[in-house]
Amino acid sequence: MIENLDLSMVDWARAQFALTALYHWIFVPLTLGLTWLLAFYHSLYYRTGNEEWKRLTKFWMKLFAINFAIGVATGIILEFEFGTNWSNYSWMVGDIFGAPLAIEGLFAFFLEATFFAVMFFGWNRVSKKFHLVSTWMVAIGSNLSAVWILVANAWMQHPVGQEFNPESARFEMQSFSEVVFSPVAISKFTHTTSSSMLLASFFVISVSSWFLLRGRHKLMARRSILVAAVFALFSSVFVAFTGDEAAYEVAQNQPMKLAACEGLYVGENGTELVAVGMLNPGKEVGDDQDPFLFKLAVPGMLSLLANHSADSFVPGMQDLLDGNPQENVVGVTERMKKGKVALGALADFKEARKQDDKPAADAALVIFDQNMEHMGYGHLTDPKDAIPPLALTFYSFHLMVMLGGLFPLVAVVFLFLAWKDMLSRFRLVLFGGVIMYFLSMIAHWLGWIVAEVGRQPWAIQDLLPVTVARTNLTAGTVQTTFFMFLALFTILLIAEIRIMLKQISIGPEEG
Amino acid sequence: MVRKVLCFYREGFREMTLGRTLWVVIAVKLVVMFGILKLFFFPDFLGTRFDNDADRAEYVLEQISSPNLNSNPNEERDLND
Repeated sequence: MIENLDLSMVDWARAQFALTALYHWIFVPLTLGLTWLLAFYHSLYYRTGNEEWKRLTKFWMKLFAINFAIGVATGIILEFEFGTNWSNYSWMVGDIFGAPLAIEGLFAFFLEATFFAVMFFGWNRVSKKFHLVSTWMVAIGSNLSAVWILVANAWMQHPVGQEFNPESARFEMQSFSEVVFSPVAISKFTHTTSSSMLLASFFVISVSSWFLLRGRHKLMARRSILVAAVFALFSSVFVAFTGDEAAYEVAQNQPMKLAACEGLYVGENGTELVAVGMLNPGKEVGDDQDPFLFKLAVPGMLSLLANHSADSFVPGMQDLLDGNPQENVVGVTERMKKGKVALGALADFKEARKQDDKPAADAALVIFDQNMEHMGYGHLTDPKDAIPPLALTFYSFHLMVMLGGLFPLVAVVFLFLAWKDMLSRFRLVLFGGVIMYFLSMIAHWLGWIVAEVGRQPWAIQDLLPVTVARTNLTAGTVQTTFFMFLALFTILLIAEIRIMLKQISIGPEEG
Repeated sequence: MVRKVLCFYREGFREMTLGRTLWVVIAVKLVVMFGILKLFFFPDFLGTRFDNDADRAEYVLEQISSPNLNSNPNEERDLND
């Protein structure tokens, strides 16, 4: 992979950000999702007073603590990167992101200082009721603290509630509620938290399956699987619904991403959904080659997903580049022209301000405001720059959806076998159970690849391409820190795996 | 009340077994991140190069209003220039 990377600064900075984010995301979804299972297991102990549920809760709490401790603060490195590698972007969005990220920091601090401590230290020290409430507060609080970073990400995909101020070169927040309750933010939050719950359920199923394969802690493993399989089943169905909502939002706000996800070159009414397919690598926009070497497609389904109407029009990459007046699609070529007008007006404004020529500055601003929504396109040199990396987006999307289709089936099998107490007889199912955590982690990564690679070339959709968001540094500077991070995160991951495996091998405390 | 809370935390930390290893991991990680990476490798580019927000805004405006500036590799600079 590395040798294929373009050795420019922006690609190294992107690679570094991707590396940091993907490593960070090893820890986050397990933390978010496992808290709900802990709360549920703890509730069962509270209701029944059965010591087996207590042992079980304490065991999963221990694994949660390891994951939390290794993963905590790994996300701060992303903020380091903003200030150093992405300084233009960082400056421009400071006003939008400042409030949400400050809230997240404060929220996380108070949550961790209070309820986390009570959850871990509270056994036999506080009342059972307050202890249980604290465990639930950790679950609710952890997931709520994820709202803010997801709101920030959603804003980059769909920048609402803002106005660009040419005086300060910053996007300024006009409506906090529009930013926080943007449909993209809501679908991102629901999809992320539900898929985190799914991942954590499969983590429990994986570890418990391993216990059953080894013939150890059978009662605990079966009980753990029973609850986790119910969670996995409900969350996988919810993930499918929220994924559908996310696809609808992408269709409305990032049509090029949707076209790349589906390998759709030319739009039409009643567009088919490619369920499985292999892209034709020789295909270019505008030629008459078949986009696929083979495919299995469902007629009208993409139109239904994109617009909730089976015979509606879904634009393809060709429509989005050239425009399609009949379907009210303004093409990238046209937007590039308007974007260059916006940038020219911005340069004129800057010059007029320097000359203290207020009428000229005001006149430039009028032109800028008329073309501001196309600003980012002014930086593109070729319309095809607006197409994200196609193969990576397409295959990531389809593999994620396939895994998403597998998860509820696996949940049903585990629920049935655990309910009938037949799991130990089906060793092949248990082997499958062991790998489910890793498959769900891959599905998470693929989801983020679709979200982030699929929105290229934009750092902020339509307004700021990554080539302009970056800092003017040499690639060498970023390469050094890239490999430092690779080393740091690999060490952390090895530490996590070693400590986690040791604790799993020790198992729950004996009663 | 305050004494009770302090006592709760003190006893909790004292009785940790696995927790001590985890605290060591957290401490080492934070030292590496803030004491080495942030300090020596991740300066705030605009914060260290410019004295005030007006200059920072001017610089960013220059960057974003020049369509070809960012595609020219000759414009790239070393962090320590």
